[in-house]
Amino acid sequence: MTILAVKNLRVMFKTEHGEIAAVDDVSFDLKQGEVLGIVGESGSGKSVSALAVMGLLPKPPARIAQGEVWFEGENLLHYTDRDMRRIRGPGIGMVFQEPMTSLNPVFTIGDQLMETVRVHQKVGPKAQRDRAIEMLARVGIAMPERRIDDYPHQLSGGMRQRVMIAMALICNPRLLIADEPTTALDVTIQQQILELLLDLRDEFKMAIMIITHNMGVVAEMADRVIVMYAGKIVEQAPVNELFARPVHPYTRGLLDSIPSLDDDRDRLKTIPGTLPRPWALPPGCRFQPRCAFRVDACAAAVPPLVSVRAEHESACIRQDELVAS
Amino acid sequence: MGRVILNRILGSIPVILIVTLITFGLMRAIPGDVSAALGGVSSTLAERELIRKNLGLDQPWHVQLVKWYSGMARGDLGRSIFLGKDVTQATFERLPVTVSLSIYALVLTLIFGMITGVLAALRQNTWVDQASMMFAMVGVSMPNFWIGLMMIVFFSVQLGWLPTGGYVPFFQDPWGWLRSTTMPAVSLALLQIGLLARITRSTMLEVLRQDYIRTARAKGLPNYLVVCKHALANTMIPVVTVIGIIVSLLISGAVVTESVFSIPGVGQLLTSAILNRDYPMIQGGLLFVTLLLVAINILVDVAYAWLDPRVRFEGG
Repeated sequence: MTILAVKNLRVMFKTEHGEIAAVDDVSFDLKQGEVLGIVGESGSGKSVSALAVMGLLPKPPARIAQGEVWFEGENLLHYTDRDMRRIRGPGIGMVFQEPMTSLNPVFTIGDQLMETVRVHQKVGPKAQRDRAIEMLARVGIAMPERRIDDYPHQLSGGMRQRVMIAMALICNPRLLIADEPTTALDVTIQQQILELLLDLRDEFKMAIMIITHNMGVVAEMADRVIVMYAGKIVEQAPVNELFARPVHPYTRGLLDSIPSLDDDRDRLKTIPGTLPRPWALPPGCRFQPRCAFRVDACAAAVPPLVSVRAEHESACIRQDELVAS
Repeated sequence: MGRVILNRILGSIPVILIVTLITFGLMRAIPGDVSAALGGVSSTLAERELIRKNLGLDQPWHVQLVKWYSGMARGDLGRSIFLGKDVTQATFERLPVTVSLSIYALVLTLIFGMITGVLAALRQNTWVDQASMMFAMVGVSMPNFWIGLMMIVFFSVQLGWLPTGGYVPFFQDPWGWLRSTTMPAVSLALLQIGLLARITRSTMLEVLRQDYIRTARAKGLPNYLVVCKHALANTMIPVVTVIGIIVSLLISGAVVTESVFSIPGVGQLLTSAILNRDYPMIQGGLLFVTLLLVAINILVDVAYAWLDPRVRFEGG
């Protein structure tokens, strides 16, 4: 069952360079219990897409110029602020990148957990506290009945991210959006947090949309992957398919730049050039100035996302040749 | 927490000593002394010398200083030369006037300053924001004695609504107190309202950009909780420091305001004491004002620790 369907989403931002499209004609969907990975460099529009789904874009400068966001059969873009507040929490939970700054420093974690329960469910203070302790225990915090009265600064980064996850899940959302949930953490802690998210997915039967720039996180977590570049989806495929048979030159570049152990190169492979600035996009395909497979026709028109195989789509005019090679 | 307060109290002792030393030194650096005022214009030099001798002013400075400090240690601040009263008694007669005026002005400042600042931040770049900041700018720019005079001209002389000056004690007649202190308090508060509104606005804008505000919204909290709980609690931390400064400014501003509205407060007491070179009165009166300001600063530190758990836990 499809739980989230984003259709032709375009998000515009007012900047000093005029209005730019941070997300341009993006469509994707997510089934119940599925983990969707969204990969791309910083500025590729992945976080903006997530915030658009949550209705948390700062307006102004942001504006949703076009598109639909269907969550459980309702178009969230038609929701009022009040309706959206009922979705955030019990419908969609969100975990952010920076556990150090995402919790309010002046309230205890218990207070911040319980207030979420309080605004969404009609239960008494005792039940709220029990629920918070239960959730803290579930995300792997030792002695939760004592930790619940701690302030965020008394916890380590990994613990704070666990608290953030507990807070996002305390009302049993059907969808969890995790925006770079492990980027700010130590590698060993990263692994624990990712495993925790997968366990919780199985337990709560929720869908997860995980945003990352780390291909390793995608390989570990995702069932399906979307690759974004400069506000557009350039490739989308099941995770095994994407790693085994990447089509788009950008995806290939990303996969090539992962260092591996049985590889004796001195330098990491990189994609030449940088992400274009959104107010100075190149004509045609946005990746063509950096692309090793570039031909003149690439600058003529923006290539549409077309099917390569079953469930595998890519946006490159030379993809038939690339698949064959 | 208790240790923090104790530390602050002990730390304020040198402050008090330094302030008293400076007042002592400064007063004696000003030419002329009380004998001229007491003896009158026609007094001879010999008569003035006698007055000085009687008051102990002919003794060397260090002897006078030690005498004053030893009196202070015994709780005796001496007698006012002019009022013929105990300095402590004279100050305590006037202190409630200044304190009640300052508190009134502080309440006005807190209410209007905070509300204006928060509204301006929430409606950033709209007419509400611009009007508030314009008002704040005007408040900051106008000298309070001038505002006081203008209010007297308008509300007392033209309209006859409020008395031009004087003071009615609160417990004697609350309505009379309100009538006599409203114009002084408003003229005193206007500048501080502008100051507080601007600081509150910029702090609030900073806080609203923080990640934890986005988290609060992502949890589905209603807007009033996001603003009045999550944002305001963090905005208060730097604002409290400013409020401490504002209280000091209100008390020092009261000196001018009291003379504009002829209110018999500590400000007026000290002004006339300085003009008459009434040394015990000046030193004693300023000591009380210093104590008051030190106490307010300690209160601010306590409030700071109460608002910010990170500070609270550091102190142990």
